[in-house]
Amino acid sequence: MNLKFFSIDLKNKKRLIPQVLTLLSIVLAISYFAFNAQVNMNNRGIAFGFGFLTQEASFDIGFSLIDYDGSHSYARAFLVGLLNTLLVSVIGIFFATLIGVTVGIGRLSSNFLVAKFSEVYVEVFRNIPLLLQLFFWYFAALRALPLPEQAINFYDISYLTVKGWYVPKFIWTNFSIFIYSILAAIVAITFVSKHAKKQREEFGKHIPSFYIGIVLLFTFPALSFFIGGVTLDFEIPVLKQMSTTIFNFRGGVSIIPELMALAMALSMYTATFIAENVRAGILGIGKGQKEAAASIGLTNTQILKLVVLPQALRIIIPPTTNQYLNLTKNSSLAAAIAYPDIVLVFAGTALMQTGRAIEIVSITMGTYLLISLSISSFMNWYNQSVAIKEK
Amino acid sequence: MIFNILKPNKKNIQTYLAIGVSLLIIGFIDIFSNTFLNFNITGFFPNIISYLSPLILGAFGLYFIRIEYSGNKTLNTINRNLNSSNFNAILSLIVIFILIKYVPSILNWVFFDANFLGSTKEDCTGDGACWVFVRVWFNRFMYGMYPDAEQWRINYSFLVLLGSIGSIFILPHRFKKYIILFLLFIFPIIALNLISGGVFGLKWIETGAWGGLSLTFIVSAFALIFCFPIGVFLALGRRSDLPAIKYSSIGFIELWRGVPLITVLFMSAVMFPMFLPDGTYMDKLMRVIIAITLFEAAYMAEVVRGGLQALPRGQYDAAKSLGMGYWRMHFLIIMPQALKLVIPGIANTFLALVKDTPLIFVVGLLELAGMIGLAKTNPKWLGMATEGYVFAAFVFWIICFSMSRYSQNLEKKLSTER
Repeated sequence: MNLKFFSIDLKNKKRLIPQVLTLLSIVLAISYFAFNAQVNMNNRGIAFGFGFLTQEASFDIGFSLIDYDGSHSYARAFLVGLLNTLLVSVIGIFFATLIGVTVGIGRLSSNFLVAKFSEVYVEVFRNIPLLLQLFFWYFAALRALPLPEQAINFYDISYLTVKGWYVPKFIWTNFSIFIYSILAAIVAITFVSKHAKKQREEFGKHIPSFYIGIVLLFTFPALSFFIGGVTLDFEIPVLKQMSTTIFNFRGGVSIIPELMALAMALSMYTATFIAENVRAGILGIGKGQKEAAASIGLTNTQILKLVVLPQALRIIIPPTTNQYLNLTKNSSLAAAIAYPDIVLVFAGTALMQTGRAIEIVSITMGTYLLISLSISSFMNWYNQSVAIKEK
Repeated sequence: MIFNILKPNKKNIQTYLAIGVSLLIIGFIDIFSNTFLNFNITGFFPNIISYLSPLILGAFGLYFIRIEYSGNKTLNTINRNLNSSNFNAILSLIVIFILIKYVPSILNWVFFDANFLGSTKEDCTGDGACWVFVRVWFNRFMYGMYPDAEQWRINYSFLVLLGSIGSIFILPHRFKKYIILFLLFIFPIIALNLISGGVFGLKWIETGAWGGLSLTFIVSAFALIFCFPIGVFLALGRRSDLPAIKYSSIGFIELWRGVPLITVLFMSAVMFPMFLPDGTYMDKLMRVIIAITLFEAAYMAEVVRGGLQALPRGQYDAAKSLGMGYWRMHFLIIMPQALKLVIPGIANTFLALVKDTPLIFVVGLLELAGMIGLAKTNPKWLGMATEGYVFAAFVFWIICFSMSRYSQNLEKKLSTER
C-alpha cells in the first residue's frame, strides 16, 4: 500500500479539515431534515410531488390579468399570482423612481423650503415600517373615499371611489402594428443618436438628436394610426344602479384599492431610499469635474448630460437596483391586505387547500429567488459595462 | 422687451418692493380666504385662473422683489434661499401653499378637535382624532395579552436593559467590557426566564400571550444579538479561500437575501415543523426569532463583507508579518477597523430588522401593528383604524429615527479621518 497517500502535510490538513467538517455538517443537517420530512409525510399519507399543480384549483381570485376562474389548474393560479406580483412591482418601481429622483434632487436644491420639505419626507417615510404605511393607506386613507354615487370625478372619464379607481379601458385593433411602430421608432432613434455622436466626435458637427428623437417617437405611432389601420377606442366607466340603494360602475377598468394601497406604500417607502442614493450620487461628483467641464466651454446642460450624469449614474445605479429588488420582495406584504399576489394566492389559499407545505413554500421561495438572481445578474452585467475602464 | 423694462433693480427699489410685497400679500390673502373662510376672492375669473391665482400673484410678487445686491440683508437672504429664480420662486410658493392648506387641518385633527379623555367610543364627540381609543387600549398595545398582574416582569426586564445600556455611558471605560458581556450572554437568559416564567415560582406565561410593543422589542433584541455574530462569521466565510466554506457561505447568504421575509416566516410556520421529528414541538416565537435572525444575518454578512473589502491589503500583511494567525489577525486587527467602516450599514440593518418585526403577524403573533389590527375590529371600537395606525407609526418613527440619529453620531465619534 502506498503510504504516501495518507501523509498529507500540515498545511493541507489545516485547509482540508474545516472544509470537510462544514460539508459534513451541511449534508447531515439536510439528510436529517429530509428524513424527518419523509417520516412526517408518510404518517400523514401524503407523497412528495408536484402533480397537484395540474389539478383543478376550485377557488376564485379577485383580480387577475389573464383569464382565470375556479376551473383552472393550480399552475394557472400560480401564474395569476406571479403576474399580479410583477404588476405591482413594476408600478411601484416606476413611481418610486419618479418620486425618489425628484426628492433626491430636491434635497440638494438651493431653495431652503424645497430642501427641508424633501428632507422631512425622507425622514418620515423611511422610519415608519412599510407594513404600517400599507395599513394606513388601505385601512385609513382609501377607506375614507366616497361611495360610487358620490365618486370623485375626473373630467367624466375616470372615477375614484371606495371600491376602486375606475379608468377608461383601451380597446385596440391591430395592436401589434402599433407595438411594431414603437419598436421601429426606437430603432430609428438609436440610429440617429449613434450617427449624431459620430458626427460630433469626428467632424465636430452638432445634430439636434434629442429633438429629432422626440419627433420620431411621435410620427411613427401616428403613421401606424393613419396607414397601419390601428384604431383606439375608450370604454368609459358608467354609473349603474344595481338596486335601490346600491350603485356601481360598469365598463372600463377597475383598479382595486388593494393594488392602489400597495403601489402607494411601496413607491413612497422605496422612494426615500432612492432619493438618498440619488443625493449621494450627485454629491459624489467632485466640484473639480464640473469646473473642468465649464472651463472647456461646455454649457450647463452639456455639463449635466455629458459629465455629471454619466458619473453620478455609476454611483446611483447599483444601490438603486438593490432597492428595486427590495421593492419586489416587499410586494409580498400584499398578503396583509389581501391583494392576490403570489404569496396570498399560492402560499396562502393553495397551501390551505392542498396542505402541501414543502412543495408550495419552496416553489414560492424559488420564484422570488429566481427573480432576484436574474435581476441582480443583469445588473452586475450592466455595472461591468458602465464601469470605468482603467488603462 | 417688456421684461427688461420691468427688470427690478436697485435704483427704484422702493417702488418694486411696494409692488412685489403687495402682490404677495394679495396672493396670501387669496389662499387664506380660500382655505379658512371658504370664500374665493378671485372667483370672478374663469375657473382655472381663479384656481391658480395665488400662485400667479405670488410669482409676480416674488419676481418684483428679486433685486440683486439690494443692500437689505433680510431681502437678500430671502432671495438667496427662496427666490433665486422664477422656477425656485414657484416651487417655494407651492410648498408654502401646501403647508397653509394642509398643516392646519392636520393639526386640528391631531390636537385641537381631538378627544383625549373618556373611556368609550361615545366620549369622542369632536371631529378630530379619538385618542381615547389609544388610551383605553394602551395596555394591550404595550403588553399584548400578557396578564395585567404580571406586567411588572416585562417592565423590570426593560429597566435592567435600559439601566445597563445607560451605565455603559456613565461608568468608566474598564467596566464597559463586563457590561457588554452581561448584556450579550447573561441578560438574555435572565430576561427570557423572567418574562416567560415557570421558574422561581413565577407563573408560566405562554408565548402566545406575549404581544404589543414589548414583543417588538423582544423579537428585535434577540434577533439583533444573534444576527451580528452569525453575520460576521458568514462574511468571513464568504471571503475564505477554502472553496467549500466559501461556496456554502455564498449559497446561504444569497438564498436568504433572495427571498422576502414573509415567505421565510411562512416557512418557519408551516414548513419547518415538517422537518422536525414527529411529535417534537418548537415554540412559535422561537421559530420566528430564528427565522428573522438567519434572514438578517445574511444582510449583516454582506454589510460586514463590504467593510472587509474596503480595508487595504497592507493591514492583512502587517498583521501576518507580526506572526498573527487567522483568528487573531481578524479579531484584533481586521474586524475592529472593518466594522467601524460599516457602522452606517450595520445601523441600517438593525433599523430594517426593527421595521420588519411587524411582519410576524403572518404567523399569528401580534406585536404593536397586529394588536391595533385586533383592536380596530373590536365591535365597540370600529372605525378607529386611522388613530391606531397613526399612533403605531409615531411610536415606530421615534424608535427608528432616534436609532438612525444615534448611528450618525457614533459614526462621527469613531471616525479617525482627519
